[in-house]
Amino acid sequence: MKSCLVVDDSKVIRKVARHILEGLDFTVSEAGDGQEALDACRSKMPDVILLDWNMPVMSGMDFLRALRTTDAAPRPKVVFCTTENGVAHIRAAIDAGADEYVMKPFDRETLASKLQIVGVA
Amino acid sequence: MIAQRQMHAGEASALTMSALAALLEQRTGQRIAANRAWRIDTALKPIATERGMASIDALVAEVRGGGNAALADQIVDALLNQETSFFRDAGAIETAAEAIATVATGRPRIWCAGCSTGQEPLSLSMALTEREVEHELIATDVSGHAINRARAGRYSQFEIQRGLATMRMLRWFDQDGSDWIARPALVRGINFRRSNVVLDTPPGRIFDGVLCRNVLFYLAPDLRPRVLDAIADSLRPGGLLMLGAGETVIGQSDRFAPSKRFRGLYELVAPKPAA
Ligand SMILES: C[S@@+](CC[C@H](N)C(=O)[O-])C[C@H]1O[C@@H](n2cnc3c(N)ncnc32)[C@H](O)[C@@H]1O
Repeated sequence: MKSCLVVDDSKVIRKVARHILEGLDFTVSEAGDGQEALDACRSKMPDVILLDWNMPVMSGMDFLRALRTTDAAPRPKVVFCTTENGVAHIRAAIDAGADEYVMKPFDRETLASKLQIVGVA
Repeated sequence: MIAQRQMHAGEASALTMSALAALLEQRTGQRIAANRAWRIDTALKPIATERGMASIDALVAEVRGGGNAALADQIVDALLNQETSFFRDAGAIETAAEAIATVATGRPRIWCAGCSTGQEPLSLSMALTEREVEHELIATDVSGHAINRARAGRYSQFEIQRGLATMRMLRWFDQDGSDWIARPALVRGINFRRSNVVLDTPPGRIFDGVLCRNVLFYLAPDLRPRVLDAIADSLRPGGLLMLGAGETVIGQSDRFAPSKRFRGLYELVAPKPAA
C-alpha cells in the first residue's frame, strides 16, 4: 500500500482528499501547514504528498523548497493541489520541484489520473 | 420492452420514449438502454425549456415524422454519451502511438472513430509529435456539436486536467481565462469531420491504425460486426485497431486478431471475404 500525506489547512479538503485516496488504496496522513508537513516527513517519508499552496505558518512553496533540499531517498512525489490556477503559479511549482499540479476543484478521476502520471497509482 | 423499462422515463410518455429510442438508433445505431446511467429527463429538459416547451413529450412531438431536422440533431446530441478524457486508460495512447509508428511504412495515417470532443486525437497527436513522428490524423464523430468543440480545441479547467500531465498542458495549450486552448500547431494536423461509423463508408485500405474506443459498446449488437468490417476495409494490410478497455472483437469479427507485439491492439489478419 502506498502512503500519501495530505497537506492543507482546510479540514474539509483534507477529509475529501482522504476519502478519495483511501478509495484508491492509499494509507493517508494529514498535516495542516508546511511546518507540520516537514515534521511528518522527517519521521516518515510518504510516497506522495498532496500539497496546498496558501497555508498559515509555512506555505506549500516554502515546504516544497525545504523538502527538495533534503536528500530523502526515495524522493517523494509532490502533487500541488490548489485554487491557484494561473500559468505563472503552475510553472513556479514545477520549477520548484513539484511533479504534478491539480487545480481545485478536482474529483476522483482527476486525482487518480494525476497519481498515475507521477507513477504512484 | 426491456429497453423501455431500463429507461428512466420520468414524466415522458411511452410513445415519446419509443420515438426517442427510434430516433437515436436510426441516426447513430445506438441503443438507449445500453447506457444504464441515462436520464432522459436530465438530458432533454434544458432543450425543452430553451424552446419554451412545457414537456419532453411536446419536444419530441415536434421532431416525430421527420420534422425539424435541426432540433432532431440537438436531441440526438444530448442523448449521446460523449464521455472522454485526455490519455484515457493509462498507457493506452502511448502504446497506440508506439505501435502505429512501428507498423507504418511511411507517414502514419490514423483514424479516430468516435472522437467525441477531441481529447483522444489530441492525445495521440501529442504522443506522436513527442516521438517526432509526423502523422496524418482524421478524427470523426456523429455529433456535430462534439466535432465543433473538438475543432475549437477549448477545454474547461475540469476537462484539461483529467488525464493530462501538467508538462503537456503547458507545452500544448494556452490559458484563456479558466479555459485552455490547444495550440494551433497541435490542432492543425488533425482533420475533424462529422461522420457516422454505421452509415458512412470510410475510404479503403488507407489507414495504418484505427482507434475506435468506447463507441461499439453503445451500438446495437447486430451493428458491431458491420462496423468492424468497415474498419477492417479501411486498414491497409498489417494495420492496427485499438478498441476501448472493456471492448473486444472476439465473437464479432474474424478479420482481427489480438496483436502479439502490441498489447491491447488488434492486427488485421483476414483479407476481405470474397463477395
Ligand atoms: C463515450 S465517447 C468515446 C470517446 C473517445 N473515443 C474515448 O474513448 O474517450 C463515444 C463517442 O462516439 C460517438 N458516436 C456514437 N455513435 C456514433 C456513430 N454511429 N458514428 C460515429 N460516432 C458515434 C459519440 O457521439 C461519442 O462522442
